Formats: sequence, C-alpha cells, structure tokens
Amino acid sequence: MSAPQSARSPLLSGIDWPPLLLVPALALIALPLVGSPSSWITLTVAGLAMGLIIFIMASGLTLVFGLMDILNFGHGLFIALGGFVAGSVLAGLSDWTGTGSWALNLAAVLPAMAVGMLVAGAVGLAFERFIVRPVYGQHLKQILITMGGMIIGEELIKVIWGPLQIALPLPEAMRGSVLLGEASIEKYRLLAVGVGLIIFALLMWVLARTKVGLLIRAGVQDREMVEALGYRIRRLFVGVFAAGSALAGLGGVMWGLYQQNLTPQMGAQVNVLIFIVIIIGGLGSTGGALIGALLVGLMANYTGFLLPKLALFSNIALMAAILLWRPQGVYPVVNR
Amino acid sequence: MSAPLLELRGVHTHIGAYHILHGVDLVVPRGEVTLLLGRNGAGKTTTLRTIMGLWRASSGRIHLDGQDITQLPTPDIALRRVAYVPENMGVFADLTVRENLLLAARSAKRASQIDSNRLQWIFELFPAMKTFWNHPAGKLSGGQKQMLAVSRAIIEPRELLIVDEPSKGLAPAIIENMIEAFAQLKARGVTLLLVEQNLYFARQLGDTVAVMDEGRIVHHGSMQALSDSPDLQHALLGLAL
Repeated sequence: MSAPQSARSPLLSGIDWPPLLLVPALALIALPLVGSPSSWITLTVAGLAMGLIIFIMASGLTLVFGLMDILNFGHGLFIALGGFVAGSVLAGLSDWTGTGSWALNLAAVLPAMAVGMLVAGAVGLAFERFIVRPVYGQHLKQILITMGGMIIGEELIKVIWGPLQIALPLPEAMRGSVLLGEASIEKYRLLAVGVGLIIFALLMWVLARTKVGLLIRAGVQDREMVEALGYRIRRLFVGVFAAGSALAGLGGVMWGLYQQNLTPQMGAQVNVLIFIVIIIGGLGSTGGALIGALLVGLMANYTGFLLPKLALFSNIALMAAILLWRPQGVYPVVNR
Repeated sequence: MSAPLLELRGVHTHIGAYHILHGVDLVVPRGEVTLLLGRNGAGKTTTLRTIMGLWRASSGRIHLDGQDITQLPTPDIALRRVAYVPENMGVFADLTVRENLLLAARSAKRASQIDSNRLQWIFELFPAMKTFWNHPAGKLSGGQKQMLAVSRAIIEPRELLIVDEPSKGLAPAIIENMIEAFAQLKARGVTLLLVEQNLYFARQLGDTVAVMDEGRIVHHGSMQALSDSPDLQHALLGLAL
C-alpha cells in the first residue's frame, strides 16, 4: 500500500486569510486619498516593487531568527556588500549596460547579482562562524556583537570603495517607463516585481516541496524535536544563514539599482525597515515577511506621496497597529 | 540473560542552578517494556531528556548497547535507532500529518518513498493517521496528536522507543489503542522505556518498573512484584494499583 495522495497543497490547507487581505485593503484605502487613479497605479507598483525587494532582504533574516533564535542586527552588512560588489561588476561591464539591448543589459546584471550574492553568502558564513556562533542563546550579546560586526563591515566598505555615495545607474534598457493608460510605471520597478515574485515562488517551493524546506519549517517551530529526530540543526542553520546572507546581497543589488546609488550606510538604513517587516510578519514566518514587506512598501510610497514628513513614522505606526491586532505578528509561528 | 540495551550509572543532571538528578542508576532490559514511575517532580522527564542528550549529564555514564552515549549530541543518539516522544508530544503543528511522518522517515525524500508496509501497519494501528493525512497536525485532537507522535517515532525501525507519559490526557478508548500499539512494538522486539502516571496503563504493559523520587531510583524490580504487593505500592507510590 502506498501513502494517500495529497489532495491539496499543505500551504493552502488551513490558510489564515485576514492578513492576506491587508495588502489589497491598504491599496484600496489609499485610492480615494491619492485621488488620481494613474498616480495610484504608479505608487502601488512602486510600493509592490519596494516591498518585494525588502522581502528578498528580510526572508533570510526571519528564518535565521526562527531557526536559532538569533537576533542578527548585522544583516544590513550583507545588503551593502551585495550592492557594492555588484556595483563594481557593473562598472566593469559598462559597455554592456550602456547599450539599449536587453540581452546585453541582462548579461551584465545577472552575473553582477550572482557575484554579489556569492560574496555576501561567503561573508555571511564567516560572520556566522566568528561573530554569531560564540553568542548562541545570549540575546543581548547577539545584538551588541552583530551591530559591532556591521559597523566594522561598513568601515571596511569605506576602505575599499571610499566613504562617498557611488552612483549606480540603471542599465540603459531598464530606464524609462511604460504607460498603462495614463499611469507611468518605471520599467525597473516591473522588473523588481518580477524578480521578487520569482524569489518568493522559489522560496515557497523549497519550503513546501523539499525535505530541506520541511526541516526548516519544522526547525522554526521546534528545533529540539528536529534534533531528536536525528537531524543536525546547526548545520541546517549555517546553510540558512549563508543563503539568507546571499539573498540579502541580492536585495542589496536590487535596492542599489532602485535607488540608483550606493552608500556604505545603506544596509543599516534598510535594517530598520527589515526589522519592521519581520516583526509585522511574525518572527520566523516567510509568508508573514512577504505580507509585512508589501505593507511596508505600499505604506512608504503612499505616505511619501501624501504626507512625506510622516513616511518613516507611518511604518512604525503600521507595525504598532498590527501588533495591537496580533501581538506576535500576522502569522505567528506555532510553538514559539 | 542478554546485556541490557540501556544503562545509566550514577547520572547527575543540573538545570541551571538546580540539581535535578542525584545519581540515577537505571537498567533497561533489551526487548522489554520498562516503566518509570514516580510522583510529579521526581525527575522522570529529566531522566529521559538526559538520555536523549537534550540536557547534559553533569556526571555519571549512559550506555546504549554497550556504547557510551553520555556526551553525544542528540542527533547522534537518535541515529542509533532511538526514538523519543516528549511529554508535549512534539508534533510540528504547522506541518501536516504526512509532513510530520515524512520528516521522521529519514531515508525518504517524498511520502511515496516511505516504507509502505510500515505505513500500512501504522494506519492499522492508528486509522486517524490515514484519515487526517493532509491535515495540519495542530488541528488534531489531543489523542490524535499522541497517535501522530507515536507514529512518527515508529515510522522507521527502532531499537529503543522512549515515551514520556503516553496516556496523558487520553480517552480510555485511545489508551487501549496505545496499549495495543506498544504491545505490538514489543512483539517486534522493540525495547520501550515509558514514563507513566497511569497505573492501569503501567500494569498492562510493564515488564520491569523503576520508581523515582527526588532525583533517584528508589525501587527497581518486576511490574508483577509491584502489582502483587499492596504494601510496596503504598510505600513507593502512596496508593494501590
């Protein structure tokens, strides 16, 4: 006899729908406030693009916390590193980025992303070994030492690339906008949405359909039990830490291209948004991180348009409102 | 008589500043069911967690099949065909029944690769596992969660099965179900070490019994002898079976 067939995806069984409705609800609430439908479409796409880039950066961090209870305040270092390394690669391939050919532009951007991810992942491995591992189980020390690690990393970036802002122009074919009715949507933002969705789909596939993903999901819930089943969770954690660092590096490349510049402090600046996202999502929850990131991206763009001075405050207010509703985030991880 | 499968000698365990186990000596004979009894706080759960390496013995030795496992990490102990079901059952609530079992079937990458004969046997023991195959474990009843926890522990062949309070909070019908499952496991040659408060359950299954108090084994003998002696029951447990 064989195992009964799966009738439906485990990820769809027992879905908690209200948090999923928050994203369209926020967009719909913003529509009358923004007024013009074309401006609303532009802002919404910008918000989704920003949200998906933040999700790419945050997904690794939330799993790292979920698996090993590690508060890594140094995550921003991998973001900045990914951005700067990719910036150097792109600078070396300026002949390809300067043409209007999508093929040549992608031939420059994709290797730049790959190298950025590789370097961020490798530095992540060393960061875990020498900075994080000695302070397992000690939250206060984790906060201090990982922040210290990020400051040192930032200074090293200044030594290598200099302390000033570096321009990171978009490749030629990715510049400009497409028109959707009267709404103007930047091509790069559409690309960012596409890449973000691919990364999300890939992550969900790994988490839902592979044994490693199953182990990660189980480890986030009860790592002791995973060990009692014969799995070495620390090895898994090291892998997740490196993968999360690489994803942060990818996010850094995309964020740099989104902003069209790089600064050594960019990681530390984005760190605040990332922590808001993973707290809104529920520490350890990948799906929650996506909801949190989209909410933060949309909120930042809507308030940036309507009330620019309240842009950062709006996300903190959003986090506070969500925590009043669900104190452990929109998708709290069971057993934590 | 064959060598015991599991042997603890003078095991002390500290949890933070607290000294919980004070030199536990315990012998678990191969192929038998050993019951660990005692009042709340006697150190039964700590003993099981120390065997599994979830809490580290501060002194003393633990031998499994003649090998010293005292300082081995938990996964290495589990890989020696030892399964553990904790008091809270340890099911992964966000994972389905299928995923919980797949995780425990180390050699399988997909549910279709789980040993079908073994799965069939589990479905016969616990039909609810088949009924709720794609159900999130968190939505199961307490009894079904316990069935899942035990199913997960036996999805692959084991030498030793350690279960902390298997009958806790279960309805009588499910307790009978659980007794039948453990009896079948014993018949297959699996050694069982069970912590139990339910004396009916203990009497149905136990070959040998160890009674703990204040972090020590204060009695070790056959279940039959304890069952037949009201005086011993009063002295050790404060009640009659």
